[in-house]
Amino acid sequence: MKQKETMRLPSGRVIIDQEFCKGCSLCIRICPREVLGLSNRFNSVGYYPAVVESAEKCNGCGFCAQVCPEVAISVYRG
Amino acid sequence: MAVVFERPKTLIKKPFTYCPGCHHGLAQRIIAEVIDELGIENKTIGVGPVGCSVYIYQFLDTDFVMGAHGRAPAIATGIKRTQPDKIVFSYQGDGDIAAIGTAEILHAANRGELISSFFINNAVFGMTGGQMAPTTILKQKTTTSPKGREPKSHGFPLQLCEVLSACQGSAYLSRVALTNPKLINQAKRSIKKALLTQIEGRGFSLVEILSPCPTNWGMSPQEAVDWLEKEMIPYYPLGEIAVKEGILHA
Ligand SMILES: Cc1ncc(C[n+]2csc(CCOP(=O)(O)OP(=O)(O)O)c2C)c(N)n1
Ligand code: SF4
Ligand SMILES: [Mg+2]
Repeated sequence: MKQKETMRLPSGRVIIDQEFCKGCSLCIRICPREVLGLSNRFNSVGYYPAVVESAEKCNGCGFCAQVCPEVAISVYRG
Repeated sequence: MAVVFERPKTLIKKPFTYCPGCHHGLAQRIIAEVIDELGIENKTIGVGPVGCSVYIYQFLDTDFVMGAHGRAPAIATGIKRTQPDKIVFSYQGDGDIAAIGTAEILHAANRGELISSFFINNAVFGMTGGQMAPTTILKQKTTTSPKGREPKSHGFPLQLCEVLSACQGSAYLSRVALTNPKLINQAKRSIKKALLTQIEGRGFSLVEILSPCPTNWGMSPQEAVDWLEKEMIPYYPLGEIAVKEGILHA
């Protein structure tokens, strides 16, 4: 049981500001775990923003936020 | 939950006005992070240029002066010499720093002026519609080199860091790119070293940041990042080009 506990991968939480995102998809390109995708609804500017599609796969590495040119992403890990 | 990434304090919370996939915003975020880490937000003065780079004054929460095309290093010189306790940087595009402003940057570096320049090299005149710049690489198509740049009539791409490395006053010169987290961390270290070079009074510092301009390159943001890695970095190798220890004017 104890061993299982220490082997648990950290889980992450990604928050994408839908109004700041311009849908450039550089976050989707860099994410090693295929967590992100593009929304099928456009934001008020007319861009299709990135969204979290598979939240359970995220380990909170923060790569998406690192490469986001719009600084639209915050990442938390726990 | 622990914070892995949040917006830096010095970056004003509003959406960037840059094209999707442009790295101007990314570069400005990293500069803001370094300003936060050094705790110099209340004594930093930026000098903006002409070009898409100019919008930096809307996004960084420091004082700003806007210069005429290419003249930012001269303005930064004046500010630094009259207010030596301030941290002064210029933020310039390749059309600004390596074409119309070549004289200003060369002499600021050669004098060992205690300023830092952040140079966004996107290999085109971005704001005016993607004309060829001195930094446009060979075979690259632009609106004024529609068949691709060829050296016989257009000359060779200018490697500004290498040119400035011949100046005795250049204390720190580095070239970086922002296409993946590892390079972003290296870029951040370089930007910090440049500002520390100034803070320690060691001489002139400049960081060249290779940056995509997907709009004028006619590419998607993802294609532009791939093209930068495959075509631009081989001609503009990344790394520190000059690192001089000690105080140049001592
Ligand atoms: C004296 C003068 N000449 C020409 C222009 C026109 N102009 C505006 S932006 C620009 C090019 C800027 O290119 P760059 O520095 O590479 O910036 P980018 O937009 O690519 O970031 C030019 C030539 C001007 N504003 N002032
Ligand atoms: S024209 Fe090029 S440099 Fe200017 S905002 Fe668009 S992508 Fe960036
Ligand atoms: Mg340019």
